[in-house]
Amino acid sequence: MGIEDDMQRLEIGNVGIDLWREGKGRPVLYLHPGDGFAEDDPFLALLKRHYDVLAPWHPGFGHSDFPKGWDTVDDLAYFYFDFLDQLDLSDVTLIGASFGGWIAAEMAVRGNSRLGRMVLIDPLGIRLGGPTTRDIADFHNTDAKLLETMKWANPEGRQRDLTKLDDHTLTAIVRTREAFAHYGWRPYMHNPVLTRWLNRIAVPTLVLWGEQDGIVTPDYGRAYAERIPGARFKTIANAGHYPQIEQPEATTEQVCAFIDG
Amino acid sequence: MRVYHFSEMPYPQVWEGRPSLRVNIPNKEYDPVLGADMYERFLDEWVLCDELGLNIMVNEHHATATCVNPACSLPLAILARETKKARLLALGVPIANRPNPVRVAEEMAMIDVISRGRLDMGLVRGSPYEIAPTNARPVGQMDRFWEAHDLVLKALTTRDGPFSWESQNYHYRKVNIWPRPYQDPHPPVWVTATSPSSAPRIADHRHVIATLISGVIAKDLFKAYRDHARAAGWQPTLDRFAYCAVVGVGDTEEEGLRRADQIADYIRTSPIVAKEFASPPGYKKIPAEIATIRAGPNAGNRPLKTPDGRLVDQKTASVTEFIDACSVFAGTPDQVYDQIARFYDLTGGFGHLLMMGQGGNLSHEETVANLTLFSKEVLPRLHELHERPLAMSAD
Repeated sequence: MGIEDDMQRLEIGNVGIDLWREGKGRPVLYLHPGDGFAEDDPFLALLKRHYDVLAPWHPGFGHSDFPKGWDTVDDLAYFYFDFLDQLDLSDVTLIGASFGGWIAAEMAVRGNSRLGRMVLIDPLGIRLGGPTTRDIADFHNTDAKLLETMKWANPEGRQRDLTKLDDHTLTAIVRTREAFAHYGWRPYMHNPVLTRWLNRIAVPTLVLWGEQDGIVTPDYGRAYAERIPGARFKTIANAGHYPQIEQPEATTEQVCAFIDG
Repeated sequence: MRVYHFSEMPYPQVWEGRPSLRVNIPNKEYDPVLGADMYERFLDEWVLCDELGLNIMVNEHHATATCVNPACSLPLAILARETKKARLLALGVPIANRPNPVRVAEEMAMIDVISRGRLDMGLVRGSPYEIAPTNARPVGQMDRFWEAHDLVLKALTTRDGPFSWESQNYHYRKVNIWPRPYQDPHPPVWVTATSPSSAPRIADHRHVIATLISGVIAKDLFKAYRDHARAAGWQPTLDRFAYCAVVGVGDTEEEGLRRADQIADYIRTSPIVAKEFASPPGYKKIPAEIATIRAGPNAGNRPLKTPDGRLVDQKTASVTEFIDACSVFAGTPDQVYDQIARFYDLTGGFGHLLMMGQGGNLSHEETVANLTLFSKEVLPRLHELHERPLAMSAD
């Protein structure tokens, strides 16, 4: 699909971002994980058959502007309210994966009349264990090979050869790594305040989890879902931290059943 | 020229055959009984410097067997009282990783007072693998460094405090350090650099620019500093420049080389760290990070370079290759003097030589012999460097 070729530039307030928007139907805002979009994002390719899919690069990620001083996921949550206002979207389904799921949860606890429902896919963002419990695996301080086995049910062939990519693409990759680390470094990939207030979420919520997720386990996922009033929790077989990439059909099926059901 | 003796207070007993000497090497490998003896000997060596006319340099690292000094201020606090003449250089305090820069100012001021004004205060960014033990944010670290620098200096120089400092990084409502420093307005500030692009900002503050083991890079660094200063209308004196090299002196060339070879294990072991800690996101600028990605997953660390352009692998080089790269000065006193003089000319001159006189497995007796011979046979000649025209100007 080459989603990078179909990005449009958009100014939200004074923040320039890249946005991929394809398909027709009910609006879906997809918030990408900390490492950005998959190379040929199979999930988005399926979703656009059913919905008006909006998939922006978060501020600071890819080639989107990094506004000075922004350093928490709160900034991103408020930014996406501006985004929804400016595009005048309503009854929006928010889908957030991993780090994007954290942003989605931050938006949902704040509440907004433009939100219709929410799908969280292996979201980060809360901590439930004691100080020496690792709820969220360390993306940054873990051996690269080991990390791959934590991310994927089947890590084979998932490592992209970066050495031949052009400057523009590599700049996006490096900026994405920096932004992910910047927003999530301390506290690491969670917000203690969010952990306390998930019960404020008022939109219907589906929580999807890869059965083999080694970054944040299905047990963490169940506990996450239990804190959201009325949330449904479903696992996806043969998937790790990114079920939307490893099992795009199964993930899309769940999402469609939730939105249209 | 002022010469400082530097040791990292290493723990080489556990260096052999390990994939990582930093961050994830468990401290069950450290024997505190042996460690107590080692601290004693390293401190003794610095106390000896006071008698030999040498000055003292300490640094700090965290969670590592390469350097068992987690705080510059601790050995300096001891040495401030145990020595009488030596300058005491911290090079340095990684202020961007410290959550509390005001505490740094307090500690530095107290050392300065106890030593009656002998502190040289080095402020450093810190190596990339220092991020993991402190959990400091790597992205924006340089901005935080300069903000912490401004705050430390304001704390040291404010005489009618308290003042407040509230920003995104730091939140203080009453800064008012006691004691204030002995040196007025504050101890000399040193900043390390590895890239010429860092030099202008250091020059703007007229701080000492220091570089460690970097060989010919020092030439470009010092030139960038001098050019920037001249463009701003001032001529930096030699005491604005510092270079750190391994130094091994012997009665014979063989003895000097052998000592330097042992100390040079500092250079060889320095990059041994698990990959995931070696380059946190945002530590490098984007073009440098892209170059690293292009070099592929098996790319090594950046090699040292000789003045004639040959590359020297930091992990495996022989002592003579390190000499070629100007990272080591070694041999008889005459040879060491000649090597220093050549490098001095190559870089346009510098006022401080930071002599790594101990490193790796070099024993106490050998270290004492190294420092003593240097102070008797090389040190007295170094003033000659300033008294003759440069053989080859860096400019």
